[in-house]
Amino acid sequence: MNIILKDIKDFHRIDVYESNGGYSAFKKALKEMSPEDVTNEVKNSNLRGRGGACFPTGLKWTFMPKTGDKPKYLCCNGDESEPGSFKDREIFERNPHQFIEGTLLACYAMGIKAAYVYIRGEYYKWINLLQAAIDDAYKKGYIGKNILGTGFSTDIYIHRGAGAYICGEESALMNSVEGKRGYPRVKPPFPAAFGLWGCPTTINNIETLANVPEIIRNGAEWFSKIGAPKHPGTLLFGVSGHVNKPGVYELPTGTPLMSIINDTCGGMLDGKDIKMVIPGGSSMPPLTKEECLKANMDNESLKEFGSSIGTAGVMVMNEDTDILKVLIRISKFYYHESCGQCTPCREGTGWLLRVLKRIDSGQGRISDLDLLTSVAQNIEGNTICALGDAAAWPVKWTVKKFRQEFEKRIPKEDVEVPVRNKVHSLR
Amino acid sequence: MQLFNEEELKKVEEIKSHYPSPQAALLPMLWMVQEKEGWISPDSMKYAGELLNVPYEHVLGVVTFYTMFNKQPRGKYHLQICTNVSCMLRGGYELYNYVSEKLGIKNNETTADGMFTIEEVECLGSCATAPMMQVNNKEYYENLDTSKVGKLLEEFRNHVK
Repeated sequence: MNIILKDIKDFHRIDVYESNGGYSAFKKALKEMSPEDVTNEVKNSNLRGRGGACFPTGLKWTFMPKTGDKPKYLCCNGDESEPGSFKDREIFERNPHQFIEGTLLACYAMGIKAAYVYIRGEYYKWINLLQAAIDDAYKKGYIGKNILGTGFSTDIYIHRGAGAYICGEESALMNSVEGKRGYPRVKPPFPAAFGLWGCPTTINNIETLANVPEIIRNGAEWFSKIGAPKHPGTLLFGVSGHVNKPGVYELPTGTPLMSIINDTCGGMLDGKDIKMVIPGGSSMPPLTKEECLKANMDNESLKEFGSSIGTAGVMVMNEDTDILKVLIRISKFYYHESCGQCTPCREGTGWLLRVLKRIDSGQGRISDLDLLTSVAQNIEGNTICALGDAAAWPVKWTVKKFRQEFEKRIPKEDVEVPVRNKVHSLR
Repeated sequence: MQLFNEEELKKVEEIKSHYPSPQAALLPMLWMVQEKEGWISPDSMKYAGELLNVPYEHVLGVVTFYTMFNKQPRGKYHLQICTNVSCMLRGGYELYNYVSEKLGIKNNETTADGMFTIEEVECLGSCATAPMMQVNNKEYYENLDTSKVGKLLEEFRNHVK
């Protein structure tokens, strides 16, 4: 079942895309559908955002004001910096026009005159690929002024990031487009009321938008019947780590995790056993081997195990993996990427990293495990944006689910740490 | 200071036309500066600020926020090696340590001949083709191991000679 990554030769070319029905959804919408019809179709399809929060896309679109004289904007989020996710680059490379068509449909549905595609700065190659596709679409008259003679006009621009994970957060992304430091904004006001330059703005993930043309072509009902009912459609699973064939695979939501590992990815590397799987990018709580056997890959099913689908970046780790080292690397990432606005996150991410390193150096105490949980809980929910949560969840849940892995690294007898403030002493 | 030529100034005007406010052209412009100079000097920051009517302090704030903007000159080949989880599981640290030892430099250091800078970077979205290295913020080299990266380093060296 492939909605986005189709097995058609040269599908990235505009002529091949067109000859396979490409841009027909946009033409149909311009001719036969009102903007409300398009929004309703997306709403009825039950499409949920693919960027990690799983928010219903159609509902998000209805938040945009229908009146008022301020310009409206769309931001397409291709920042894709969550460790373990690498799906959007696949869309830019293999099917850029379906994403462009989805963006145009979103612009039509919400009356938007300019869309900014925010792509992480490292994706130099993919920025050029998408720009070439956008240029082709301009030449064919799908983007620009008075599109296909209908009087509807919209522009699509690429905005290149410069290496900041936080700019994948929607309000930080908007600040970055405005030419500022990528600091998340306090909400409310929400972007639909006060977004780019204070104007109504919607932010959608690249994969989300790439789904829209097929929904308009085949109807909401068709889409809503694919995969898990509450979270329908397909997902681009980016599988990495200890499997034989890592890669990006498009599969229906709700596909059993073990089927992805064994059938799609050719099983575990060297036939080893699974120890831990992170199901949706590094900020998502991990799954134990027992949970992996039962887990289906959609948001509702993963909730049972305290986790979530995130960006569907599946990181598979075998029995030889040092869980403590993995968690240290994850914590180092969030410590590095914290923007520094909120104290719990700025300071807390450093605490988590230092306490984990202390355990790794053989100087941990059994009380450190509770300390980690306590620091994580004091970050969670106490910050402007979700980076704090993203830093806290993996620590909290890994310590909870893999406690024995940490305990065995802690010496039986307490190590004397001579300074009273033990955390700061290791700075 | 007149950093940009006429053609580049035209490009700046074109970029500015994408946005309702000139300040929004700051990131694309800083990319142009770095492309031309290899890094973003305080003088270039002042120049960029004047061109967009943005205070120098704001430009400095932006440049220092984003890790890909070079605040000091880098080697001719800026080697950016990912050590995040997916790469780490497939030998990212072995790759990083190998290059670091071979060149005799540590994180963010440049070789004495100005050829190589090494940097440990965060996930670059190349997890299925790990471990990997990016060079000069552009080219990805994927599915690497120490022998492949050793050959690459030789190629880079010979290319310049």
